[in-house]
Amino acid sequence: MDAAIEIQLIAALTAAGCALPGSFLLLRRMSMASDSITHTILLGIVLAFFAVQDLSSPILLIGAAVMGPVTVWLTELLIKTRLLSEDSATGIVFPLLFSVAVILITRYAGSAHLDTDSVLLGEIVFAPFDRLVVFNIDIGAKALYLSGGVLLLNIVLIMLFYKELQVSSFDPVLAAVLGFSPTLINYGLMTAASLTAVSAFEAVGSVLVTAFMIAPPAAAYLLTENLKKMLTLAVLIAAASGILGYHTAVLMNVSIAGCMAAWTGVFFFGAFVYSVIKKRIGAKGGA
Amino acid sequence: MSIFNIFSDYTTAVVVFGSALLGMVSGLLGTFSVLRRQSLVGDGVSHAALPGVVAAFLITGTKNSELLLLGAFISGLLALFLILAATKKSKIKFDAALATVMSAFFGLGTVLLTCAQKLPDATQAGIHNFIYGQASSMLRRDVTIIFICGIFILAAVLLLWKELKVFIFDREFAEQLGIPCKRINLILSFLTVLAVIIGIQTVGVVLMSAMLIAPAAAARQWCDKLWVMAVLSALFGGISGAAGAVTGAVAEGIPTGPAIVIAASLITVLSLLFAPRRGIIFRIILRHKAKEANHNGRCN
Repeated sequence: MDAAIEIQLIAALTAAGCALPGSFLLLRRMSMASDSITHTILLGIVLAFFAVQDLSSPILLIGAAVMGPVTVWLTELLIKTRLLSEDSATGIVFPLLFSVAVILITRYAGSAHLDTDSVLLGEIVFAPFDRLVVFNIDIGAKALYLSGGVLLLNIVLIMLFYKELQVSSFDPVLAAVLGFSPTLINYGLMTAASLTAVSAFEAVGSVLVTAFMIAPPAAAYLLTENLKKMLTLAVLIAAASGILGYHTAVLMNVSIAGCMAAWTGVFFFGAFVYSVIKKRIGAKGGA
Repeated sequence: MSIFNIFSDYTTAVVVFGSALLGMVSGLLGTFSVLRRQSLVGDGVSHAALPGVVAAFLITGTKNSELLLLGAFISGLLALFLILAATKKSKIKFDAALATVMSAFFGLGTVLLTCAQKLPDATQAGIHNFIYGQASSMLRRDVTIIFICGIFILAAVLLLWKELKVFIFDREFAEQLGIPCKRINLILSFLTVLAVIIGIQTVGVVLMSAMLIAPAAAARQWCDKLWVMAVLSALFGGISGAAGAVTGAVAEGIPTGPAIVIAASLITVLSLLFAPRRGIIFRIILRHKAKEANHNGRCN
């Protein structure tokens, strides 16, 4: 497959995969949790690296994926003391864990080429070089299967737990009455979100994962009132940002991930303007 | 370097003093962010400053820190206005608007950065310093900037003290009193952006938010009065700044920014545990005593 087409596919699949768990984070008013876990995941990677001393080990991914729920657990521990508000608790936990990660890296892993820049910023251009070879046959870029697999996993999870997610996101009280454990759903969602974030790192880096998790769902949220339509729209907007971002970046010879994130912002702005105009027209029609 | 000759070394003394000053300024303003439950504003604004910094560099071609700070300030403020506008004019919640705007701005920043790196005299280190901060390279000039901004922020807070107090605790009441809430909100946003921007080059984007939140959250545990909280928060911030900078200078391989954040977090955890009346340990003792009293009462 052509490298350019492969990059576009990876970009679109990665962005779409992020938009799915992101939609539920947005609805549950936990948008900033995506920012929080994308930072603390670094600590998970570092700790796993110290344990196995191998940068290509899959244990690193597991370490990273575990860190998401751990972050949520620590944050909720602080909130439960009722001494801190939710936003303060979030804002204390993730910089602390991130600081520990940065100190560990600079102090102990300096010679090990644990490149923090590649975790934080990513480089999708290199993705097609890492091939998946089965029985000596090159069947495509690894990232293609990773991002596609994560998207599929998210779709399956949402289909399986659609009712639980829907009810607990819109009406936590009803969810509790119906016997859905809010804690279980919460941690499940955060695990899926951090797994998705880790898989997106190589392509777009941790900082911009937030853009794909929250901006497309935010735009979709402004365009529709229906959850299924919102999820579909969010995925489409994310994928479109991925492809448009690639072409803009190539045209101007700049960062692909940055362009993708900027496009999600453009879509959000468009949806915002549309919703304001619609409200104005609606107000006039009503008067 | 040993801990005793820190202050005989001029460069280190500058870094320690500057970090302490920065901690005090962000501690003071963090009080308002935390009480308004907008703690994460600092995180958003600091990420959103990136395109401004790089654009300033692209336009002027210099690495003059005042100009870069001005660029950061403008783009941080613009992002904050967009966030507030989106929250006010649509059904988008504050946290979602914050996450969206800050990450889109950061994306734009990385795009501009790739443009800047194509210039012949650009160094590649830019983004690294921006994300992690570089307190150890703080110069006297940077400290002067922090000092001037700090005095300005302090003066503004003192001048508007009464208005700020009412505005924070009861906005409706403030409006009835005829306090121009919109303008107060604007000024507070302006001051917060300013505090965040002067901190970025020291502790970096990610950790700047902790500088706003941790000292204020710690101070909240010790008192119920706004002015005590503000003073304590500034004090905690100052101590964290100094402690982090000293650690960075004394211990090899420990970067200053993260050290400051760990110091501030430590103060917060200690406050949560040991603060009188509100603290966790105090509450446990209280519960224990109540149980005992209950028990004694039943025996009699």
